[in-house]
Amino acid sequence: MEPLNLPIAGTKVETAKVFDRDPETVRDEDLREAIRELGREGEWIVQPVPEPYYLAPTKFGREKKIPLTHTWHHKSCGQCGHIPGYSTSIFWLNRVLGLDYFDPRDQTSCTAWNYYASATSNQAAQAAVAMRNFSAAYETGYYPIIHCGTSFGHYKEVRHELVHDAKLRRQVRAIIEKLGRPFVMPEEIVHYSEWMYAVRRDLAQRVQFDLSPITATVHPACHYYKLQSGDAIYDPEIYGGQRTAAVTGVVQELGAHVADYSTWYDCCGFGFRHILVQRDFTRSFATLRKIEVMKEEANPDVVLTHDTGCVTSLDKSQFAAQAHGRNVGVPVMSESQFAALAMGAHPFRVCQLHWHSVDYRPLLRKMGIDVDKAWAEFEDDVRKIKSGELEYVTWEHVL
Amino acid sequence: MPSDLYREVALEEKQRLFDEVKADARYQGYLYGCYECGICVAACPSARFYDFSPRKITQTLAREDVELFYEQLNDDVWNCSQCFSCNRCPRQNSPGGLITIMREVAVNNGLRSMKEALAGYTRIIYKIMTTGTQVSPDMLQEDAFPDWGPQVKTVSDNLDVWRRALPPETLHTTGLSWQVEEKTMHELYAIWKLTGTLDMISQVDEGLHDIMEEIMDDALEDSGLRVD
Repeated sequence: MEPLNLPIAGTKVETAKVFDRDPETVRDEDLREAIRELGREGEWIVQPVPEPYYLAPTKFGREKKIPLTHTWHHKSCGQCGHIPGYSTSIFWLNRVLGLDYFDPRDQTSCTAWNYYASATSNQAAQAAVAMRNFSAAYETGYYPIIHCGTSFGHYKEVRHELVHDAKLRRQVRAIIEKLGRPFVMPEEIVHYSEWMYAVRRDLAQRVQFDLSPITATVHPACHYYKLQSGDAIYDPEIYGGQRTAAVTGVVQELGAHVADYSTWYDCCGFGFRHILVQRDFTRSFATLRKIEVMKEEANPDVVLTHDTGCVTSLDKSQFAAQAHGRNVGVPVMSESQFAALAMGAHPFRVCQLHWHSVDYRPLLRKMGIDVDKAWAEFEDDVRKIKSGELEYVTWEHVL
Repeated sequence: MPSDLYREVALEEKQRLFDEVKADARYQGYLYGCYECGICVAACPSARFYDFSPRKITQTLAREDVELFYEQLNDDVWNCSQCFSCNRCPRQNSPGGLITIMREVAVNNGLRSMKEALAGYTRIIYKIMTTGTQVSPDMLQEDAFPDWGPQVKTVSDNLDVWRRALPPETLHTTGLSWQVEEKTMHELYAIWKLTGTLDMISQVDEGLHDIMEEIMDDALEDSGLRVD
């Protein structure tokens, strides 16, 4: 066997075989007609994707409707709790593009982190939580867009179960009706990184810095494309359509170089329960199978991903490995934070990088951002809040 | 080779638990057979660090080997990362999905191994079930995450003011990930009660169950939301 020439340049997968994608013949079923049929039968209300929408290519060639505006943001516990620049950047991008969105308080977590960690729930409860949130979105008139990869994947599992299991559907419907809410299924379940892909050219037009010296590695989030693979975005122009185009399609459009590495399919080591109470596993996997491999094969300036747990595992796990002199030390963030930085968002007021562990300053300097000035500005905000001169930092401060 | 562990547990009890797993509505869609190709193991992060194999679990269930099933129910399932990399299975099995079902059965039956696996995790159950958000900013404490380095302490020391330095109004919180309306939380409590989820917690930790039940009952009574 010929030795593999590393690093693998570019993102084109070389193969002699041409994969013709035919949505009519794939094994992975398309649930959308079944969802509409259940709507016609009065089993639930189908919330349509509002116009204008973007038609994105998916794994087997179906086109998925991605809403551009009028979106109801289903936030993520881990993002809002521990990586608040993640969701703030998503909101900032919507504002900069002039797109209307709604940031709800009538929203709970999908509770799937807990379910995959402890199994202290069941099908009916998980489905009821999902349908309660969908109902809340419908009642505002805005369309749900999901920030967390796990919420996105889990909601698609729930949708599959509700379509196929009439008994479960009626049980959950009875619960939602008891809450006094309508029983609603969105026409498409959409992840924010799909929205990022849909608006990538609008984002690229607003880039303020030359990103050509920046090399990124991308970690595709397991729950985005492994739980239910059929309606994740796959673009024939990105990786030859062999891997999801989420994140990579955006980062390339922004002008940065995306480098490949051999363990791209591996998970980040989050483990759901492990990240909270058995982190020896998480630390080992995140550093040995992901960060060190990326460093060895691609030596990136930044690791970009599109899920809560992945940012957490890949960023936080590096401290202990660094203490042991391992080959780590790459900043990790979401592609929403990276895009916002590239478009001139404040690294601390918007991207909130001070919540991250690995040193991000070399990346910012390479991008051409004056880190010291930005930190001084943030410190001034903090001083004003402490003195009572300012109650909160608001959107007016950052736009 | 048949498992020679857990001989003190009657075969009937092992069979009862196996039947409970098999009766789950998702089971038939998660298990079709096994080619023994090992693709799931190659993709599995837990298999790299533990004596753990999604292939063995799938085969055990397909063969209906209740002795080995019981051993795996106690000794293996909590090692799974639930990443679902094993869904790459060419036979269309979902070993990770089968493990989700097995874990749920372990919880419903109060297995001691389950209690050991979830010891230390119960504060998270309390947080998610009572607030509607899984992790909160104030959980970032240096004694809880010593391996994440000194940056955790910096966040913790500045938590209140750093949260107020966030532009989205919904994020001006320290005890929750975002501001959740009271009515929304009450609806969540109703879901936990109506689906038997709150009852499941008594199998994990009786004291935790009692505390949460009191909180939820009081809140539901005040809200007027009926769950009977």
